[in-house]
Amino acid sequence: MAQTQSGAEGMQSLPALLDRNATQFGDAPAYREKEFGIWQCRTWADTADQVRAIALGFLEIGVEKGDHIAVIGRNRPAHYWSMVAAQMVGAVPVPLYQDSVAEEMAFVMEHCGAKYVVCGDQEQVDKVIEIQENLHQVKHILYTDKRGMRKYDHSQMNALSDIMAEGNTGHARLGAELDKRIADITYDDTCVMLYTSGTTGKPKGVVLSNRNVIESARNSAEFDHLTRNEDILSYLPMAWVGDFIFSVGQAYWCGFCVNCPESADTMMTDLREIGPTYFFAPPRVFETQLTNVMIRMEDASKLKQRMFHYFMGHAKKVGGQILDGASVSLGDRLKYALGNMLVYGPLKDTLGYGRFRVGYTAGEAIGPEIFDFYRSLGINLKQLYGQTEATVFITVQPDGEVRADTVGVPAPEVELKIDDTGEIHYRSPGVFVEYFKNPESTASTKDAEGWVATGDAGFIEEDSGHLRIIDRAKDVGKMADGSMFAPKFVENKLKFYPDILEVVLFGNGKDRCVAFINIDLTAVGNWAERNNIAYGSYQELTSHPRVLETICSHVEEVNKSIATDDMLSGCQVHRFVVLHKELDADDGEVTQTRKVRRGFVEEKYHDIIAALYDGSTNISTTTEVTYEDGRKGSISATLEIVDAPIITAAQHKVAAE
Amino acid sequence: MLDNAEGYVTEDGRKIGGVVMEMKNITLRFGGVVAIKDISFDIREGEIRAIIGPNGAGKSSMLNVISGFYIPQEGEVWFHGSKRPQMRPYEVARQGIARTFQNIALFEGMSVLDNVMTGRLNYMKTNIFQQALWRGKAEAEEVENREAVEKIIDFLEIQHIRKTPVSRLPYGLKKRVELARALAAEPKLLLLDEPMAGMNVEEKEDMSRFVLDVNDEFGTTIALIEHDMGVVMDLSDRVVVMDYGRKIGDGTPDEVRNNQEVIDAYLGVSHD
Repeated sequence: MAQTQSGAEGMQSLPALLDRNATQFGDAPAYREKEFGIWQCRTWADTADQVRAIALGFLEIGVEKGDHIAVIGRNRPAHYWSMVAAQMVGAVPVPLYQDSVAEEMAFVMEHCGAKYVVCGDQEQVDKVIEIQENLHQVKHILYTDKRGMRKYDHSQMNALSDIMAEGNTGHARLGAELDKRIADITYDDTCVMLYTSGTTGKPKGVVLSNRNVIESARNSAEFDHLTRNEDILSYLPMAWVGDFIFSVGQAYWCGFCVNCPESADTMMTDLREIGPTYFFAPPRVFETQLTNVMIRMEDASKLKQRMFHYFMGHAKKVGGQILDGASVSLGDRLKYALGNMLVYGPLKDTLGYGRFRVGYTAGEAIGPEIFDFYRSLGINLKQLYGQTEATVFITVQPDGEVRADTVGVPAPEVELKIDDTGEIHYRSPGVFVEYFKNPESTASTKDAEGWVATGDAGFIEEDSGHLRIIDRAKDVGKMADGSMFAPKFVENKLKFYPDILEVVLFGNGKDRCVAFINIDLTAVGNWAERNNIAYGSYQELTSHPRVLETICSHVEEVNKSIATDDMLSGCQVHRFVVLHKELDADDGEVTQTRKVRRGFVEEKYHDIIAALYDGSTNISTTTEVTYEDGRKGSISATLEIVDAPIITAAQHKVAAE
Repeated sequence: MLDNAEGYVTEDGRKIGGVVMEMKNITLRFGGVVAIKDISFDIREGEIRAIIGPNGAGKSSMLNVISGFYIPQEGEVWFHGSKRPQMRPYEVARQGIARTFQNIALFEGMSVLDNVMTGRLNYMKTNIFQQALWRGKAEAEEVENREAVEKIIDFLEIQHIRKTPVSRLPYGLKKRVELARALAAEPKLLLLDEPMAGMNVEEKEDMSRFVLDVNDEFGTTIALIEHDMGVVMDLSDRVVVMDYGRKIGDGTPDEVRNNQEVIDAYLGVSHD
């Protein structure tokens, strides 16, 4: 590790780290992007040239210090370069979610006042032009993909490659100014501004300084012994803090290679081709992969099925322990090695985890079975707990102390405390500077001593020192009888069934809980196919009696498990509906990172909730939907309401005896 | 404006060049059936030219005449200023004309990539023995052609199905693969036979965008047959309307839309 960080001490900005990487290991790969079917590689030396060319281009079109430059596009080297180039000229890069519709983007654009925008393609340019009609602030639009752009009015628009060429041409004139601006960057200057997607209210612009980013990158890289030989796959939204830290912060600090997939649709193929050594994914990705493995195993030959189940059984027994370095008998180790040759190894290769050294999942709770499945294969998957405001890291799981139900110990240099209400607070070098143009929110989140309220309720386990998260603090409520209402707890239990994609539980202040359920089309569709159940649409599948029956049995099992918990036994699901449409970010029902906006959903579907409580057996409803291009339509459906079996505490005791 | 031999400028500012292909008094008969009766029109460089008409109007026959598949009994086809002699379809392809088919004609068992590669046939110079040996020239040639194909795959956004056998693809994607194969030939004139037939609204929108992008990006002249009037009117620069083998209208979409004979042919008129 020493070789990666030599000379990194005292590096106070990303441009400085870039310069170090280009000087010390200029020939090492910095970026790979699959284009035209081939992984095109860029070295660090090459990257330094490209970034400098963009920075010169920015000067050419008149970017001033302190300007904001929005970057809207998928994960591509040119977009990452634009962010670092923005820092070089003293501007602030603001990556935005590329799938936001124009109105959503308009708020953020207006709030940060971006005068320059780097767009991925024509689609993003069109959105910016639409926003510009009311905003009149954007001075110049740049785009990376030239396709379809020929006919646009180019008086205030350029291809990024064109301004790079112009910048290089004007090198003699602009070079001195650029060097001066790079030299002027301090440790406390803004490195990046990221908008939180916000489950409530408008997005907030989190300002992160060079100090935040570099120290967080350093601490986390040292924690997991990351070297410059890592390969990561960058496929998560660029506007998300995690991607910025992994694909920019840690990549520049360690000097490892960032691989960009060909397109969103090819991500799984690209994952397999790259075989990242360091990987990050929300639980959903792991869930989908596991579902696919199980579906494909169903179709495999009898011999393969038996081999798979036999060795997976063994892996379940000892795989996790071997990974944790616990003592395991020689016989079991040999059997595991054989299994590795016949099953685990090939399976890991197929999944793209053949070289997996360390990886994280976060953002949502992961099902214990899913988590254990990957760990038993020898994949070092861990959990972390973080926030944009913390520059990701609050707690992480150290090697050898990995469990499905906790999120680990405080990350290096992070202090943690739990206040009287159970809310988690932290203080660290990664604590954000402020919310942009929003001193009230800054003050209510971060106190004078630098402690930040997370908004999550949790507790620290006494014997292990690990943090456990209960729920969002504001979502935790009380039932009518005064017992605790923690929706996430129940929802997660239900979501661990592959058939169930999303759950929203209601019941705060009521005498009983009811739930909305979204089925997972891949899993349920496959099940339908194998059982010869015909369906014409998602909606039809959701209302199929056998689907409802299956879901009801899941709810019953979860109710049983909740009944054993003294604190939360009141949260059992009494009645539920399977929704006729998936909760969708385009409709504002979930955030871009797929967290449910409870209040919004509650309001939008108030008629269904009312029916759930008034005892009716079905409800006819019409729901507005937004298509990807922003147009609106509506779908109507009659939903059947299902009563789920409830386990009373007494019953439970009887059953236990 | 169409009298100008130098071409014209479209409403959205594209420059249309001189005449590429001219059909002069074409008549095509199958035995006693007259499929096309004395039709003349031209196709200009860089334009999107549509041929529309009700069922059985002779549109597909017309396209087959252009592509050299049918030889008309009367009339002449002029291509790039000279009269085209009788040609076999492969000779027409060498002249820079490529097409897609109304009912998809792909190699179902082959991957998307291999299907599109077949479009490069005219750019392959090595013979079957050289290719079997896979040495030197044959290898270099394949790499070169693969590059061209990959650009088209990227252009039509079908990277995710590159290695998928065509038989496993849904209809809309198959149509797109057909377009890819036609484009792989780098045609000067692209003939599309009902590119949107059987598609849903979203697939139609996608296909329309690709047609416009092909025209815009590669400057390809496009002649297309289409049923969907909305699509035709949005896409094309000039439209030929056929009915019962005769030409009943020719002009910009607006001109055609207001042509009484065209309205009658589409809406029907009482013959009394």
